[in-house]
Amino acid sequence: MHEMILTTLWTVVKILCVVLPLFGAVAYLTFAERKIIAYMQARLGPNRVGPKGWLQPIADVMKMFFKEVIIPTNANRYLFLLAPIFALAPALAAWAVIPFSATMVIANINAGVLYVLTITSLGVYGIIIAGWASNSKYAFLGALRSSAQIISYEIAMGFALVGVLMAAGSLNLNQIITAQQGGIIHWYWLPLFPLFIVHWISAVAETNRSPFDLAEGESEIVAGFHVEYAGISFGLFFLAEYANMILMAFLAAIFYLGGWLSPFQGIPVLEEFFAFVPGIVWLFIKAGFFIFLYLWFRATFPRYRYDQLMRLGWKVFIPVTIVWLVVLAVAIKLDLGPWFA
Amino acid sequence: MIANYLPILLFIMLGILFGVVPLVLGFILGPRHPSAEKNSPYECGFEAFEDARMPFDVRFYLVAILFIIFDLEIAFLFPWAIVFDSMGAAAFWGMMIFLGLLVIGFIYEWKKGALEWE
Repeated sequence: MHEMILTTLWTVVKILCVVLPLFGAVAYLTFAERKIIAYMQARLGPNRVGPKGWLQPIADVMKMFFKEVIIPTNANRYLFLLAPIFALAPALAAWAVIPFSATMVIANINAGVLYVLTITSLGVYGIIIAGWASNSKYAFLGALRSSAQIISYEIAMGFALVGVLMAAGSLNLNQIITAQQGGIIHWYWLPLFPLFIVHWISAVAETNRSPFDLAEGESEIVAGFHVEYAGISFGLFFLAEYANMILMAFLAAIFYLGGWLSPFQGIPVLEEFFAFVPGIVWLFIKAGFFIFLYLWFRATFPRYRYDQLMRLGWKVFIPVTIVWLVVLAVAIKLDLGPWFA
Repeated sequence: MIANYLPILLFIMLGILFGVVPLVLGFILGPRHPSAEKNSPYECGFEAFEDARMPFDVRFYLVAILFIIFDLEIAFLFPWAIVFDSMGAAAFWGMMIFLGLLVIGFIYEWKKGALEWE
């Protein structure tokens, strides 16, 4: 009995060690986003609060807490307040199975990929409930659009993941990483290249980020499903979106860029030279690259039209992934080297 | 084995808690001055008219149905993908036939125009 309480407490501490830095990362990701996009557009970005603007995210959070939480008269009160919780909880819970290094993982379960897929697809309920409960036209249209978009791209992403599972032969995230052992050309981005591209673009679409941010579409439906939210209830949606972005970046790094594996594996001198770097650093660098891509995309691409978005998801990605799954199955059966030997 | 899932249960509960606590704090810390205008649905400054729960395009519904079918097929592919390398030719050709049927269905819905959004 005593021992059980102790393990539970220890697990709670470990969870807080993941979630609290994640909140910090989200806060400073918003800052990084504004700064990086500002520099890409030859502006300075936020630079007033604190030295060089470094306290800006803190100020934003404080402001959100002290704003009024508005509940529209027509809205369904309980669902309206439930929706942000429904959006945030899955975005956090998915982190339970992310391996930060060979041993640093909260729940090392066998069905890791299945769990991630299940829990991330729950996020769409937050959006649907928010759009429905708001009882506002813009929120309703935005919720319809983004839920159709998210489920469409989930199929492409699921097919891409089947490729990863075929190559790795496991649903456990740590075993998927160790299956990529052997150096940069053994990581799955190369043998699974079309799936890697499809997966990453789907990840951008899944999180409703630019250039697939039609759900927000500020020039037509103002903010989409969360138009009626104010103060911290809006802040929770914001938090969920950014936590999901970081999660998608980590997943892409784990599935296609070898997770915590060193990129210098198999290169004689460099491998020993960089042997002291812990795996978690490599994972953070790889995930950071994908997060930067999010911001880069937003600064570069114009928004997709809805029919283009649906065509890309259904008529391009699904055929591409099915063809590559067959190619992959043949390659694995023939033990094609150096990946499947 | 099942003990591995306890942290996940804890994580989900904490995730819900992290949603509830800020909401409660927001109600405590923020001001509350409701008014009829403020609490009316936002419609770019116009008076809200008609019901927001309006009929919507049937294609959204169609996408949801297609999603269920395809997601189910992916769920079938998952266990196969894990073990097919050690299972010999039958597993390989079995899944090729399954994928072939899937593609036929996909071509059918494409030709029927279920994927048209113009």
